[in-house]
Amino acid sequence: MAQTLAEKILSSHSGREVAAGDIVVADVDICLVQDGTGPLAVRSWRELGFGKVAHPDKTVIFLDHACPSPRKELSNDHKFLREFAEQTGCVLKDIGEGVCHQVICEEFVRPGDILVGADSHTCTGGALGAFTTGMGSTDIAVAIALGKTWFKVPQTIKVAVNGKLSKHVYSKDVMLYLIGKIGVEGANYKALEFCGKTIEEMDESSRMALSNMAIEAGAKAGIIASDEKTKEFLKKYGREKDFTAVTPDVYAEYEKIIDIDASRLSPQVALPHAVDNVKPVEEVKNVKVHQVVIGTCTNGRIEDFRVVAELCKGKKKAKHTRVIVCPASKSVFQETLKEGLIDILVEFGAAVIAPGCGPCVGVHGGILADNENCVSTQNRNFLGRMGNPNSFIYLSSPATAIASAIAGEIADPRKI
Amino acid sequence: MKGIAFKFGDDISTDLIAPGRYFHLRSNLEELARHVMEDADPQFPQKVKPGDFIVAGKNFGCGSSREHAPRIIKMAGVSAVIAKSFARIFYRNAVNIGLPVVECDTDKISNGDEIKVHLSEGMIKNISQDTSIDFRPLPHFMVSILNDGGLVQHIKKHHGFAAAK
Repeated sequence: MAQTLAEKILSSHSGREVAAGDIVVADVDICLVQDGTGPLAVRSWRELGFGKVAHPDKTVIFLDHACPSPRKELSNDHKFLREFAEQTGCVLKDIGEGVCHQVICEEFVRPGDILVGADSHTCTGGALGAFTTGMGSTDIAVAIALGKTWFKVPQTIKVAVNGKLSKHVYSKDVMLYLIGKIGVEGANYKALEFCGKTIEEMDESSRMALSNMAIEAGAKAGIIASDEKTKEFLKKYGREKDFTAVTPDVYAEYEKIIDIDASRLSPQVALPHAVDNVKPVEEVKNVKVHQVVIGTCTNGRIEDFRVVAELCKGKKKAKHTRVIVCPASKSVFQETLKEGLIDILVEFGAAVIAPGCGPCVGVHGGILADNENCVSTQNRNFLGRMGNPNSFIYLSSPATAIASAIAGEIADPRKI
Repeated sequence: MKGIAFKFGDDISTDLIAPGRYFHLRSNLEELARHVMEDADPQFPQKVKPGDFIVAGKNFGCGSSREHAPRIIKMAGVSAVIAKSFARIFYRNAVNIGLPVVECDTDKISNGDEIKVHLSEGMIKNISQDTSIDFRPLPHFMVSILNDGGLVQHIKKHHGFAAAK
């Protein structure tokens, strides 16, 4: 039977040929938790009473959401997770290593793998041709103990993107456009499979921005066939041997096919307070911007900072606009330093914070004041997301975000 | 199960249920539960009584995977969440921690209605309006997790997933 990427990967991990709608118990290659979900996962794991971790070398604990810790309660959670890693031999990624979704792709995920994580944006790894998905703490606790979990094999929506992206239009704009079109529930319980010439030409970092936001349409996974670009990415991190080609069958059955002509897209902006409240930037007028955030697991990669630095080099940010820069990982941070990009951003007026989730989760690192507007390259603009329910979050690409920091209001990067 | 319906709209995110600004309370669920649904209705934590229901529109529980969201709903005494549809991770989390979730047309329930939910029959009786609403019961596999008292108890009882046997 011809299979989608999701069906193929779930079949290879459950010992039988499966199709959309089947309930399967599948082997899990990698598990992750972070500091917001990890303590509860560890407590559930203890409650199970198995006393063992199936694959400690592939169970990764990230301290990335509150890094460094801003409060004693969170410091105690960090201590609790460090001790668990020490006792069980699980891999610990302490503060400063970066956001779980970036680091897990740099160091662990292989095409064809199944990764489950106690974080909704675990779908990021789908960009490497893997089945990666977010679950709650107890599900992950069971996966950590048994090395298995259960899935309902999802139906797949194929998203075919063709055409050349205009200057200063990026994968983030494609994804915001798609979510605006299908809605925040448009892919609930389903997998998205991205393909087409535009995707084939995208580097892995751009693809990761697509997969990262699959959950914003409700999707279980956002998968992209692995290819030469995937191999390039793995090679960069010394993992070329981890490459395998994972592709869907030509006659696989899709629930539907969505065609996007990338050449017609403008930069896109998601307005408060929903990710599907999307407009092209030229229709978003007179929005004063108090804070700009560039980074996070959606758009905090080296390619993003190259774009941003090129646009703001030699310029100064608007006086009333704060700029926060947050690289997605330690290795991205080091690259930005080597290439002199951080220097350009600091000169521009940005505050640089430790690699991690930064202000995206509303814990610290840039909580908004009442009635303030923020343009962020993150993935979510729900009411209260950045720590204050009386503030307004707009989502965009890094180029649109930096253009807005220069103008002091939401601005079109094609016009600076 | 009988109680009062607290009605909410579409797309109630886990940020509205368990706001990120209380991130530091995640290892102190009793305290976090005092803020349940606070950003959707600031009075909800004071008003809700054991046995009551949360009734909502589509895509309930969208966003973050935080299992704390269904846990504090359950701790507040809510006996089930009834919505037009649920976001996938929340749905799974709720069952895993033993909080019943019901998918049905919630337009027929108004805020403050007294309702009775018959889980195994797949029927809601709206006592205030003297109407009834049918719903599709949970998939069999999820019913067994719920009946076992959640995923931890299910795994302990079956020494793994019952579905794999």
